[in-house]
Amino acid sequence: MALTEENPGYKWVGTRPIRPDGLDKVTGKAQFGADLTLPGMLFGKVVRSPHAHARILSIDTSAAESMLGVKAVITGSDFPDLAANGAHASDIDVANNAIARDKVLYEGHVVAAVAATTRELAEAAAKAVEVSYEILPHVLTVDEAMADNAPLLHENMITKGVDPAPDQPSNVASRIVHERGDLEQGFGEADVVIEREFTTKPVHQGYIEPHAAVADANNDGRANIWCSSQGHFAMRAYTATVLGVSQGTLKVTAAEIGGGFGGKTVIYLEPLAVRLSQRSGRPVKLVMDRDEVFRATGPTSGTRIKVKMGISNGGELTAAEVWMAFEAGAYAGSPVGAAGMTVIAAYDIPHFLVEGYDVVCNKPRVAAYRAPGAPMAAFAVESVLDELARSIDMDPIEVRLANAAVEGTQASYGPKFPRIGFVETLEAIKEHPNYTAELGPNQGRGVAAGFWFNAGMNSSATVHVNENGTATVVTGSPDIGGSRQSMALMAAEELGIPYESIKPVVADTETVGFNDVTGGSRVTLATGAAVVDACRLVIEDLRARAAKTWDVEIDQVEWVDGQAQHVDGSQPPLSLNALAAKSGRTGGPISANASLNARGVGAGFSTQLCDVEVDPETGVTRVVRYLTAQDAGRAISPDYVEGQMQGGVVQGIGWGLNEEYIHDENGAMENPSFLDYRMPVASDLPMIECSIVEVPNPAHPYGVRGVGEVGIVPPMAALANAIKDATGVRLTDLPMTPIKVLEALNEQSD
Amino acid sequence: MKYAAPSSVEEATSLLSSSPSAQVFAGATDVVPQIRGGRQAPEVLVDLKKIDQLVALTSDDKKWTVGAATPTVDLTENPGFSQEFPGISEAAGLIGSDQIQSRSSLGGNLCNGSPAADSVPAMMVNGTRALIAGPKGNRLVDVSEVVTGPGQTCLDSDEFIVEFEIDRAPSLTGDAYLRMIPRTEMDIAVVGAGARVTLGEDGTITAAALALGAVAPTVVRVTAAEEALIGTTADEDTLAVVAAAASEVCNPIDDKRGTIGYREQVAGVLAKRAVLIAMERAQQRNGNV
Amino acid sequence: MARTHITTVINGDEVDFLTEDSTSLLNALRDEVGLTGAKEGCGTGDCGSCSILLDERVTCSCLVFAPEANGANILTVEGLTDAGELHPLQQCFLEGAALQCGICTPGFLIAAKALLDKNPDPTETEIRYALAGNLCRCTGYDKIVRAVQEAALQMREQ
Repeated sequence: MALTEENPGYKWVGTRPIRPDGLDKVTGKAQFGADLTLPGMLFGKVVRSPHAHARILSIDTSAAESMLGVKAVITGSDFPDLAANGAHASDIDVANNAIARDKVLYEGHVVAAVAATTRELAEAAAKAVEVSYEILPHVLTVDEAMADNAPLLHENMITKGVDPAPDQPSNVASRIVHERGDLEQGFGEADVVIEREFTTKPVHQGYIEPHAAVADANNDGRANIWCSSQGHFAMRAYTATVLGVSQGTLKVTAAEIGGGFGGKTVIYLEPLAVRLSQRSGRPVKLVMDRDEVFRATGPTSGTRIKVKMGISNGGELTAAEVWMAFEAGAYAGSPVGAAGMTVIAAYDIPHFLVEGYDVVCNKPRVAAYRAPGAPMAAFAVESVLDELARSIDMDPIEVRLANAAVEGTQASYGPKFPRIGFVETLEAIKEHPNYTAELGPNQGRGVAAGFWFNAGMNSSATVHVNENGTATVVTGSPDIGGSRQSMALMAAEELGIPYESIKPVVADTETVGFNDVTGGSRVTLATGAAVVDACRLVIEDLRARAAKTWDVEIDQVEWVDGQAQHVDGSQPPLSLNALAAKSGRTGGPISANASLNARGVGAGFSTQLCDVEVDPETGVTRVVRYLTAQDAGRAISPDYVEGQMQGGVVQGIGWGLNEEYIHDENGAMENPSFLDYRMPVASDLPMIECSIVEVPNPAHPYGVRGVGEVGIVPPMAALANAIKDATGVRLTDLPMTPIKVLEALNEQSD
Repeated sequence: MKYAAPSSVEEATSLLSSSPSAQVFAGATDVVPQIRGGRQAPEVLVDLKKIDQLVALTSDDKKWTVGAATPTVDLTENPGFSQEFPGISEAAGLIGSDQIQSRSSLGGNLCNGSPAADSVPAMMVNGTRALIAGPKGNRLVDVSEVVTGPGQTCLDSDEFIVEFEIDRAPSLTGDAYLRMIPRTEMDIAVVGAGARVTLGEDGTITAAALALGAVAPTVVRVTAAEEALIGTTADEDTLAVVAAAASEVCNPIDDKRGTIGYREQVAGVLAKRAVLIAMERAQQRNGNV
Repeated sequence: MARTHITTVINGDEVDFLTEDSTSLLNALRDEVGLTGAKEGCGTGDCGSCSILLDERVTCSCLVFAPEANGANILTVEGLTDAGELHPLQQCFLEGAALQCGICTPGFLIAAKALLDKNPDPTETEIRYALAGNLCRCTGYDKIVRAVQEAALQMREQ
């Protein structure tokens, strides 16, 4: 059979074996962040602000320090003042978010931490730390933060990206703009123009494992850290910054990570644990409670987005105007930049203006969350697109096909797209039986699409050939959902040895070269490319050794099916086993490193189809059928590609229907628990049907694009469009709770 | 905090009398989050599950007796009880997950004092009585009188509920409990509705009870709806009256789980639906199961 | 501070430990007994990561005071394997890729075992409701539900 894109003839890539770390995870052996115990270890507890915005007047730690069994109490003054040292603004923000110095900027902001011999004592000591505050007025939303005379979080914040620069500080950290063509002309060419305004609430990544860190400091200034994160090299860098030490003094070991979705790319506990360990001379474990996770870590932005789009009667989009304001939380850095780049990137629109604002407010600092910025933007644009399609009576897939970005389209954010698979995802939905399945009473159907860049960045890998012909593949990318398996599959394919003969390892910061965080859907692409490169170096070495053994030139040796073969078959093949066994006589151990900054990132698209049933008397929306089609480039590990697709969809369903941060008038979170922050449970959902589309990324050895993120982009609009189809009402404010649906239905019937 | 597990009602009573800051518990499914959240800090935790009488489910000709600390899973898995009081059984089956139902109890659900407690409307429409033990002896109190406000009960600090009594359901009687939650599981009721009807031989309603949860400081009975149902077959016009009466009796709050308007409107919807299910069950039930 | 002496049977072995009365059974299992398979995801009974069988009933161990376990029989995820042989649920979770990060997996396995112990042939809906007390944020539940279906089938055929 000819080898083609559809049939590349792989032996391991694309198969579904059992994951290498699976056994430990079904038997309870896997060590997650909170599972490590060291001899003499203390328990830590963090003291947090009860106020959304306040000046710290004083902190009295004497009562806590005098308690028997309390070994250390630290406050902001135990850390270097980076602002006074002239550090970079973003580093100052990282440090001040880890522990407040002068002001607390959100409820849950760290003000102190303690370490004691038991959990109970640590909790009692934390309660005994007395903090005196001057409460300041707060702002919770972009509307409040952007209002005239709004209270300022940072007295020196001058909006970036505005020319000329404003002469007064504000809560607007920056403005971004993307534009092309002539808006007036574009809207003039439209037969229908629709303008809508959307709002979304902050939502949390919702990983089930709370943040946890263990630190053990030595007298000589070095320290070991074990923590659950999406990147232990990043944890090392941030922790060193906050502590004011060289990165080389810290060794960070990645624990198994219990979910992250972007929220574990930043530090919270690590520098505190190290300082407590230094002060007490003992190892210290810090673990967050669930309410701390909600109050003080990573939601993504609440937003206000206005979208105006025009379309011709023939279904051609003529113009788009987008205005977006994103909550950043306490420090600059919302994903409005990515939102601006992605918002209309899936479509070829001749005239557009996209304007975005990054706005600080008194909520926890936002952290990355799966395709950061894209989901809220897509909720707005894909909802308006649905309205436009309805207004010209065009099928929602057809309208997207008519305007879809294809190879060669100038992306709204700049570059020309190389080969991409958006159209293929649309076709996959259109051809699926779900697209024409009969709908019952009170049911409706919605379509939406999404775009995400995917990422490359820095990765390193080492491949060791063991004496028995097996191989150890070492990377520094924490495995958050099956990447050990994709590394092992690619290594098996390259080396030509069984998947079971590969042992993939996630090594600490001193054992493997630098790796950027596990995020941006980059690991299979970039770390995978490093693994492939290292395998190819190993193969070259193996060929050289075979050549030496046969006394021929290396170009006479091919590597086929895990063995060295002479091109003319004049020598009996030498297997990896045989070469490994003799490595001592052919030049010593066989091993290779590869480090790279991955280029050739392939964009990802997802199109999704959602059927809902809405109870017209209670406003409750149930998802009755769900289909997602996503371009994976190449599904190295189809099981875990589907897992990423399904997981992203379900997070999006939660975002769309029920999840939100609720704050009281004092700026305190009212629902910091899984009871009241309503993530989907198993009984809320149907099976999430997957259609993996494979349009290989030409720039990757296996065609990988990255699959982790784009799946969360379409669901909110798909749901909104399905609710519209079922009920006739258009919801523009997330989450689309039963209350909001019923209110909209009431208004419609009035 | 010290843990105590008395083995008799008397022992528990004397423990409570001598420990002013004691907290009784059965499954602790509400108590643990309250302690963790700093909303209470008892000195003594009194575990009632080691008292046999409190973990029991029995019936005789006249009544069912449910120990106050009996795990709700014992009710949902008891075919006799579940067939006779499907409304109580389904309410018990809605209190949290399977994990929670291994521990949660009618006594705990009631004494937590939440207006949203699922089992309370269902118990109320079935005329359930609570046997309360204390140092001055036992007293029998109608379930509707136990909770006096959010988080508050008529029990003194040295009293606790031993068991519940529910009279055997007459023939042609059916009950039901429905609640509205945004998810399908694991939520606190935004509105709950318990209903019970008894039919005459002619198929018309001879007795009716309707109670609503989460729409007022305590679970409330909808007497106007009950009266309207008598003598009818719960036809459409009557159900409209029932729904209106249910909405009317609401005195809810706006909170993170629901709005006043939503609760009032949906109370009517659930009242109507619960009555219809109770009707259907009553029609199918002749004589004690 | 005087601690309480608790005697239990855990995964078939008699186990003694000392605990504060206010300590959760979950923390006692993790800190005193050294069984870290059960996880704390919330501490309030809302996520199911700490699920154990306590006297054969599926329970959130974060909601149990450690002294309550005196005399009890406990099964944790570490006790699911029988002399090194994986339980069919464990095998089906592995083969069906029913885990991504794996933090919720021990709780799901215990809850699924509790379900199949009672109901060997559950419908998809019954599985979904029986597992509603276990949160998973990675998988969307699809592969978990399928793995439980497959394990139930295999166990019925045995």
